[in-house]
Amino acid sequence: MITTLIRYFNLTFLTLLILVMLSFGLAHFFPGDPLTNLLGTDILPSQPLLMMTSQQTNIFMQFWYYVQALLAGEWGVSFATGKPLYQDIMRLLPATLELSVYAVTVALLFGIPLGFLAGMNYHKKIDNIFMSSSMIMYSFPVFWLALLLILLISLQAQWLPMSGRLSLLFNVPHYSGFILVDILVSDIENKRFAFNNALQHLILPTLSVAFIAFAVFLRTTRRAVADVYQAQYIKSAQTRGLPATTIFFRHVLRNALLPVLPILAVQISTLVTNVMIVETIFSWPGIGDWLIQAIYERDYPAIRTGMLLVSVVVVIITMSLECISQLIDPTRDRFAYARR
Amino acid sequence: MSVLLDRLTSVYPPLAFLLSALLMLSLGGCTDAKIDSSISGKAPAGVIYCSESNPSYFNPQLDTSSTTADVSAHQIYSRLLEFDPNTGRIQPGLASSWLVSDDGLTYTFQLRRNVKFHNTSYFTPTRNFNADDVIFSFQRWLDDDHPYHDVNNATYPYFSSLNLSKTIASIDRINGYRIEIKLFERDSSFLANLATDFAVILSQQYGEYLLVNQQPENIDFYPIGTGPFRFDEYRKNQFIRLLPHLEYWKDVDLADQLIYDITPSSSIRFAKLRTGECDSIAYPSQAEITIMQADPNIVVQEAPGLNVGFWAFNTAKAPFDRADVRRGLALAIDKNSILDAVYFNSASRARSLIPPSSWAYNTDIKEINYNPMRARELLDKAGIPKGFRMTIWAMPVVRAYNPDAERMAQLIKSYLAAVDIDATIVTYDWNTFRDKLSQGEHDSVLIGWSADNGDPDNFYRPLLSCDAIPSGTNRAMWCNPEFDALVNSAIKISDEDKRAILYAKANNMIAQEMPLLPIAHANRYQVKNAALQGLTINPYGSIRFEGVIKTLPEVQRP
Repeated sequence: MITTLIRYFNLTFLTLLILVMLSFGLAHFFPGDPLTNLLGTDILPSQPLLMMTSQQTNIFMQFWYYVQALLAGEWGVSFATGKPLYQDIMRLLPATLELSVYAVTVALLFGIPLGFLAGMNYHKKIDNIFMSSSMIMYSFPVFWLALLLILLISLQAQWLPMSGRLSLLFNVPHYSGFILVDILVSDIENKRFAFNNALQHLILPTLSVAFIAFAVFLRTTRRAVADVYQAQYIKSAQTRGLPATTIFFRHVLRNALLPVLPILAVQISTLVTNVMIVETIFSWPGIGDWLIQAIYERDYPAIRTGMLLVSVVVVIITMSLECISQLIDPTRDRFAYARR
Repeated sequence: MSVLLDRLTSVYPPLAFLLSALLMLSLGGCTDAKIDSSISGKAPAGVIYCSESNPSYFNPQLDTSSTTADVSAHQIYSRLLEFDPNTGRIQPGLASSWLVSDDGLTYTFQLRRNVKFHNTSYFTPTRNFNADDVIFSFQRWLDDDHPYHDVNNATYPYFSSLNLSKTIASIDRINGYRIEIKLFERDSSFLANLATDFAVILSQQYGEYLLVNQQPENIDFYPIGTGPFRFDEYRKNQFIRLLPHLEYWKDVDLADQLIYDITPSSSIRFAKLRTGECDSIAYPSQAEITIMQADPNIVVQEAPGLNVGFWAFNTAKAPFDRADVRRGLALAIDKNSILDAVYFNSASRARSLIPPSSWAYNTDIKEINYNPMRARELLDKAGIPKGFRMTIWAMPVVRAYNPDAERMAQLIKSYLAAVDIDATIVTYDWNTFRDKLSQGEHDSVLIGWSADNGDPDNFYRPLLSCDAIPSGTNRAMWCNPEFDALVNSAIKISDEDKRAILYAKANNMIAQEMPLLPIAHANRYQVKNAALQGLTINPYGSIRFEGVIKTLPEVQRP
């Protein structure tokens, strides 16, 4: 177990190092002065940044100071707003995380039970219905789905709002950046109304992102459940006359759930991409919307930092999920047998 | 669908549970909200305006873009004088009264007392508005050595385009509530310039406070003014929140909050208007106007704009130097069908240079009416042969005053063909087009003009005076000393009624001489939610939200 942890830690560390190097290189590839691209300003508030710009440093030392500055939260200043990127990003990132978390939760909550249902009825009518409908869902381009939802639910039926996280009339002070949490801890007078309003704003973006993830989870779970039911140990349990519920809870459930976790890890990057698209369409004030704006405005420090941060988040989540899934499922360890 | 669901759920009870859970989840939010809004109805009130872009500053002195002016000019600040939105006449603002000396060179303004500046989280004023604030605000752009002159690299585009700093000789404080402005020469449009969006009054005390704190650049980003709303929060690409200034000097209703929802795409602004997420939107697209008119929840307001689209003849070229030829050509054109085909009836027929909303507009203008028979007679008399060839230059860009010059040119070409004139349509890219116009290569041109302020002089002098030929706005190349004398004497008089008489004379002179044929004043559109009360079109500058309230205290329809 320790070796697995160490191996994943090394892997994560190296990947992150390469990412940081890439982002450092990016500043050199962008048009203009690399230092300006890195910092976005001439006013240098901190020691590492001062060292970075001094004439004596070579590129390696410069990189070292860059890493130090990154760790210290000195991420440079946006060309467009002239404000420190750290503040901007820390305000926007929670919005993106919030949307992703809700979308994954919804996808898991519905994908896995329905996957079980389909898997238990392998190659029967209900399974076929689920498989074909999930295939259609899986083939939906997310931007089209989002627009379709806006068209039907917001514009035609006028049930739900089409943009933002909360009606702008509510002035909720920034606390955690997670809108629902912020509303709950705030002391605005119409809290319940604000909470409902935030929920309404959440539904369409969450559904758009969850749609495809749901189809993937459903299909994966269904495959796993079907495989488990074909396995010899289930057959023997059945011949021993164990009741179906016992078989399900003791043997099927855990074994069938094991393959879902790595799929979740793989899905994270797709999910983040989809979240970014959905953010733009629903004017969700998250990092994706902001990053696309930054690209339009050629705000190089913002592009560099935003890409670095998004990839760091993706790498860390993916790696931890992989690591956890390996820890709880030793059969996935390719080296386990060779070492003993 | 429901049959299928029933069959499925009867076979698989768990499915019924799951489906209903799914439905609950997707509908739960909105049913809850419905109940909630009907019970408590305590949603925060306020007005949301979907604007098109981020303002560059919160100070219209620094920027002529309408985005900047829409947010700041009439919301955050007040001016010494204001335009009456209906008549365009100048009304008292922060100056309660004013006097003009007999020679027209000295203006004395009596300032309003007990006008409070905004009290915000970043500045608490300790004194009321007085003469120092006026002098501070004017000296900022007048005086090159003023400590704020170069703050934020300001260039003061509106004032420098009018060369106002060369017009004003001095500005002096007589006492705390009286100031005197001296000019180098008479200029009756001076008062109108003080009433434009750009002549706002800043707080001198705030300026000093920022200098002491060494943050002078904040003056244009964290504004303090005397307007109906105070600045609260701005997030780039997201929103601007303004809160009501409770001690505003005018007694008007103010919304509980005024929010600018920054939405660059015009179709998304329209969609938000439909879903009720915006109460009013900036720049509705012409194509969507008809759809909006059909929506019972949306009110489309329409008013003639301060602009004119016209057909100018190059009077420096024979045979267009003769008034009878120009009149003959003008008689051959049916303006009404042009209004239908080019403006889709979103414009009013132009009878003179100035639109009907201007105070100088007179209804008894001798207008030329479509009469091809008479046109040919006149042309015959003037010796223009059948098959005479001429060019119509059509501007290559879309402007409010002329949404499709090319199409208009084709219509005019067909009308001219009916009186046996063979017209050719000429167009170039916009910069080349204007260069060649300035050199006078055209026979006639379809172009127009949008005014910056409500003063009628803003139409007459730039479009038809002799001085405007070299500066490139007199496309008719028309130089008539009599007309010049008329408009120049009009600008030296401050009494609007007397000026209006002179402009009426000028209108008749234009109708007689026909250096250009005014075609249309394109309308300005404003669309808003039916529940929004008090929002009117302001032809003289940017949008105003004082007195605008929403009747229903509901956030949105769901």
